[in-house]
Order: sequence, then structure tokens, then C-alpha cells
Amino acid sequence: MKESVVIIGGGIAGMETAASLLELGYSPILVEQSDHLGGHVASWYRLFPDMTPASEVVASLKSRLDGVTVFLETGIQFINRLRDGYNVMLSNGVSIVAKAVVMATGFKLFEAAKKEEYGYGIYDRVITNRDLEKWFSGIPDERIPSAPWNIGFVHCVGSRDVKAGNTQCSKVCCMTAIKQAIEMKEKFPDAEVYCFYMDLRLFGKKYEDFYISAQKDYGIHFLRGRVSEVSETIDGRLLVKAEDTLSGRPVKINMDLLVLMSGMLCNPAAASIASMVKAGADDSGFLRSRDNVTGVVESERKGLFFAGACTGAKTVPETIAEARSAALSVHNYLRRPR
Amino acid sequence: MDFGFGLSPSSAVTLDRVDLSLYRKLEELNPDIRTCIACGSCSATCMAAEYSGMSVRKLILNIQRGADVSKMLSCCMLCGKCTMVCPRGINTRKVILDCCRYFK
Repeated sequence: MKESVVIIGGGIAGMETAASLLELGYSPILVEQSDHLGGHVASWYRLFPDMTPASEVVASLKSRLDGVTVFLETGIQFINRLRDGYNVMLSNGVSIVAKAVVMATGFKLFEAAKKEEYGYGIYDRVITNRDLEKWFSGIPDERIPSAPWNIGFVHCVGSRDVKAGNTQCSKVCCMTAIKQAIEMKEKFPDAEVYCFYMDLRLFGKKYEDFYISAQKDYGIHFLRGRVSEVSETIDGRLLVKAEDTLSGRPVKINMDLLVLMSGMLCNPAAASIASMVKAGADDSGFLRSRDNVTGVVESERKGLFFAGACTGAKTVPETIAEARSAALSVHNYLRRPR
Repeated sequence: MDFGFGLSPSSAVTLDRVDLSLYRKLEELNPDIRTCIACGSCSATCMAAEYSGMSVRKLILNIQRGADVSKMLSCCMLCGKCTMVCPRGINTRKVILDCCRYFK
């Protein structure tokens, strides 16, 4: 009989882990809390750096799941550690005994309303990166004006911010902001688009090309300084205040739309599941790997593995690569004579 | 009677009201200036910088913020060292010359 492996989380990390384990000859069981697979990527429109439609990525992962047992709208009731493996009790009453469990619980987007000074949920013209992606995919959003003059992107919302409870860099938002700024400039060529950044962290392949193109071909303005506060003007626009740290002078500008780049926090569900099997979390809340250099996908517990953003902010290709790595680590672990 | 009170001028820049005509002219002639990343190599290598405050980085920024740059321009000796060190390949010497022409 084929060995069962439980994968918690049906985002791209969980899907890729399940598909890879299936190809390696195992019987993966994919457990997803929501009513659909694909996680955050399923609600995204296009992905950097090649503007790949996110739906294509999800569809191609889905197409490889034929043979995987998928439980949707299913949570984890409890997990018990056994002598050699785990007993996983699902909220639908199914109980599974498996030698290996992979946590692919992903991340949670920072709730932008917590940064009250930016006015998300208070002013009509303030949205988040996720709201904008939904609008790109064709879902109407009345907060987005039909002919904006000025559009602003605020980097690091809920990232690198002790008071917001997240000291980590969310890593993907710099690049997402540039991608979305370009997409907005394509939709509204007459608008001026501003990015308010602290540092631009464009670490990946082709990211710097994207940045140069945003500057040169699209004329997007990059203003170094963190937005300190946003207020509404009498005509319903937004007054944004920041310091232009390169000239050392305060700047004010009226905006017709402000997009907050919400950062990545660890999914709170991950910590409670991990605590059931006494797997630890870092100070940031993200799950603790056995080793941050050589054992990122392994936990400190035998038979418990991690894939994707549950151990820290990651891009889509990194997540997929890590999910394959987790599948291989599971394979090597189960093959090892005990 | 002078009581010693006065109003300090505001240092804030209201970006909506900035006159960008010089910047628009410059970027038309030198599209590369848009790619400035404000790294400061130009200012660090500038022969005039330590005596005069000349800085191509500040020159571009000040033009974008609508500040007066004529005094700064008069300090440039047009040696072109800043062009050699610019990592974005901006022809900074030409930018300065184009600016000078604008003010002539």
C-alpha cells in the first residue's frame, strides 16, 4: 500500500508538495481550510517578472493533482505525535495516521486598517495591494476613480515596523509595487504615479530591469521616505505627507488613489497547529526550521516538514521550489531504514 | 520697533504645485535622468563638491522639487568625472550643459 503523507494547506506550496509526492509514488492527502485551492495566488491577477497570469499557475498545479485526496473546507482538529509518525484528526471527522506531515500553511496579509494613520477603511480612496489585484482581475471597486491624476504606492505597510508587530521585510512588496505601478500607468497614462519607499529591495532575476523600465519607460516617480500620515481634503482627495529624505525636506502631495503594500505575516493558524506537535516558531511568528541554511524545509520534529511562506515571506517561484524540496525531503525521510 | 519675532519660511515642498518645466525639458533631452537612483557617486567624485556643494544628485533632485539650481550650476567645471562613475550610465555632463543652456 502506498504511504500516506498529510499536507496542511492547499495554496501553491501545498499543491506543489502534493503533486511532487504523488509523482514520487506516495498517497498525499491535501487539507485546505477554505473552499478553493490556490491560496493567495488564486486571488492575484498577474505575477512578476513576466506578467504570468496567476490563474495559469494555479491551473497547472491543479492539473497535477489527479490522484491526490483533497479535503476542502476542512480544518485540523488536533495532531498527536506517535512513536513513528502523526495522528491527524480533521474537522470533518476523518482521522489519518501518517509517518510524515508537511505544513504549507502560508501567510496572512497584514491588516492595513491597523496602520490607522494611512486611513484604510476610513477614507474612500485608500486600498491595498490585494484590492488592486482583485480590481485588475475585473472585480469592480468604487474606490478606484475613473480618471486619477496622482496615484501613490506606500511600501512597507506592516513590514519592518515594530509597532505593527512585524519587524521582518516582506520581500515581495517592492517588486509588487513596481509591477502594480506599471500596470496602473498602462491603464492611466496621464496619471503621475509615485512610490514612497524606505529601501528598494529588488533582489531577483529581472527585478532590476523592471525597476529601470518603471523609471525610464513609464516615468514612475520614486520618492524615498515613509508616508507619515494621510488625510482627506475637502474635495475628497487625499493629502499625503512624507519626508523626501534625499533632500531632507517634508513633502505634501494630493493623491486620487493610495495603494498600501500590505506585508506578509505568519498565518496564525500555523502557530496553533505547530504547537500541537511542539514545533517552534521564530520571534516573527513564522515557523522555525531545523536550520536556516541547510534545513529550511525540515522542522525540529522528526517527520514534520515545512513548505512555502509558513517559514518566512517568499516569492511564488521560491515557494514552488521549496515545495519540491520538501517533497524530496519527505521521500528521503520515509525511505530511510528505521 | 523690532521685537525679534518673525515667521520662518516653510521648507515643505507641495509636489502638486512644483514647476516641472525644466525637468520635463531635461528628461526629453536626456531620458536617462529618470533612472537616477540617488546613489551619490557623482557627488562623491566631484572635484568641486567639497568647496562648493556641487552635486549632480542634488541637481536632479532639486529640479524635480522645483528648487533653484543656478548657483550650483555655476560651480561645475565640466570635467566629466561624474559621467564616468554613474552606474546608470547617465550622461551627467550633458545634463549639466543642457541645464546651463536653459538658464542662459
